[in-house]
Amino acid sequence: MTSLTALCTVAAVGALIIILTYIAQRGISSLSFRFLVEAPKPVGEGGGIGNAIVGSALLLVLSCVVGIPLGISTGVYLSEVGRGWFASTVRFFVDTLTGIPSIVTGVFVYAVVVLRMKHFSAYAGGAALALIMIPIVARTTEEMIKLVPHSLREGALALGAPQWRVTLGVVLPAAAAGIATGAMLAIARVSGETAPLLFTAFGSRFFPGRLDEPIASLTVQIYNYAISPYDEWHAQAWAATLVLMTLILGINLTVRFFTRKKF
Amino acid sequence: MLKLRSIHLRREESRCGNRSLVGGLEPASFEMSQAIAHRPPLNRSLWKRLSPTGNAGDALFRILMFSVALLMLLIVVGMILALGSHAVDSLRQFGFSFLTGREWDPPNAQFGALPFIYGTLASSLIALLISVPLSLGIAVFLVEQAPRAVARPVTFLVELLAAIPSVVYGLWGIFVLAPFLREHVEPPLGRWFGWLPLFRGPITGIGLLTGGVILAIMITPIISAVVRDVLAAVPDSQREAALALGATKWETTRVVLVNGTPGIAGAIILGLGRALGETMAVTMVIGNRPEISLSLFQPSYTLASVIANEFTEATQDIYLSSLIELGLILFLVTFVVNAIARLLVWRVTRTTAGAAA
Repeated sequence: MTSLTALCTVAAVGALIIILTYIAQRGISSLSFRFLVEAPKPVGEGGGIGNAIVGSALLLVLSCVVGIPLGISTGVYLSEVGRGWFASTVRFFVDTLTGIPSIVTGVFVYAVVVLRMKHFSAYAGGAALALIMIPIVARTTEEMIKLVPHSLREGALALGAPQWRVTLGVVLPAAAAGIATGAMLAIARVSGETAPLLFTAFGSRFFPGRLDEPIASLTVQIYNYAISPYDEWHAQAWAATLVLMTLILGINLTVRFFTRKKF
Repeated sequence: MLKLRSIHLRREESRCGNRSLVGGLEPASFEMSQAIAHRPPLNRSLWKRLSPTGNAGDALFRILMFSVALLMLLIVVGMILALGSHAVDSLRQFGFSFLTGREWDPPNAQFGALPFIYGTLASSLIALLISVPLSLGIAVFLVEQAPRAVARPVTFLVELLAAIPSVVYGLWGIFVLAPFLREHVEPPLGRWFGWLPLFRGPITGIGLLTGGVILAIMITPIISAVVRDVLAAVPDSQREAALALGATKWETTRVVLVNGTPGIAGAIILGLGRALGETMAVTMVIGNRPEISLSLFQPSYTLASVIANEFTEATQDIYLSSLIELGLILFLVTFVVNAIARLLVWRVTRTTAGAAA
């Protein structure tokens, strides 16, 4: 039986290795400096993903600005402040948010933001990504704060500190590393999201100018190139994927490196 | 204002010690205290809850945190309301027949969700059939059999599968998995099992089977991670008891698996929830044709894919409204599925953790 279960494990790890090496092989052949800094051009003229890299970065910044503070606050509420049925309800709803398909988040943001603004925008894309980020950050924050020993809180309280100073000055700093880990993983997660951006940030073939306009992103560009009929765009999709995967794996490996002692 | 007053009141109270509340106040506060006198228990208890320590900063802090928490509730409720209100046109026009309608014909304003519901369920089912045995195997290997030095890095590698974005799976699916299935898997399946309606029809590599396989790869890290947690939560005393009774290693593992059954069921349902809502990868390999066909080789369509594909093309109001109703259906289904899953997982990890403590 051990050989059978080992086989399952080998299959999963094998799939990972096959996928990653294939991306590396196909991606590296079309990767160049110009590809990283140029905007897309018509088929046959080269072009790059510079606009998408800038766009993705802007979307990530927008989502972090909204998502991380809200996520951490929710986590603090769940672990330090909330009690009883209301806290349980909030926890349940936060978990619900985690389980909502990201495409539905996109539809929601479309209904609430895009329809109101009457056009696609970076704001809408950032909002959609933030909605995905919040529950992830909230739950890691909650778990990490729970790990902070009670004696720390009691010590601070005994010195006469009010609860808010205990939480902000003692508990949060003690849990900071774990919370940062959670935030990093949330960033890795949303940087790969495509579905919620399709009809919020929409995409663009130009460098982003303003945040209330449609904006390009790596993932949407990969999608558009992948389903296009042109070989050249397929090659560009692989190269863009290599860039995206480098970012995501980079974050995951960094987090792993810093938390290796704990897990 | 009320809060500021009551803060003041509270300070007054603590300073005045035993003196009666109203008596300790200056005349200006009398009106206030009258107002409080009408409903003293509520106000006092509210204040107590806001700030058990009687510190104004605490009250502010708690109110802030509470509002953020409230915002989370409002977002989820707002989601249901926003989707519902935008789906109203379609809900009114088609009613329940929307769920059973087989026609999806936007030019003629005919909208039925059945092909998408079928495609979503069928692809998720295929994914579960492949992924569940695989995930159980992985979890058992990592928790029960592998030495720690192997288990830790391998656990990380399996989890990395979950870090690969959906669109990347889709790209890989189009250019690697679909051709592979078309050339090496589907022809033999058709030859040997062609007598089953499941494996009939032209082989293109794009269709339900490919969608199911790619979903299986995507949900395996999720299911195996939860099963791993569940197995790890089964107390060692169970294993020791089985071994002491002379059970072999494999028989012991079976005892552990039986112990974790509700949690494993939860893990599987959690994977189902993920598979139902997965969008990009499926959209890219499932063929996107709103037809109900028993054959796994035929193109199909899922709820999430049709939204992804047609949302920006929906020019008529009723078209958009129908698509949003599909989103609402997807939301409600994943909501229920995830709630059940969490309940099951929580029961196991909680009760056994309690027993072990």
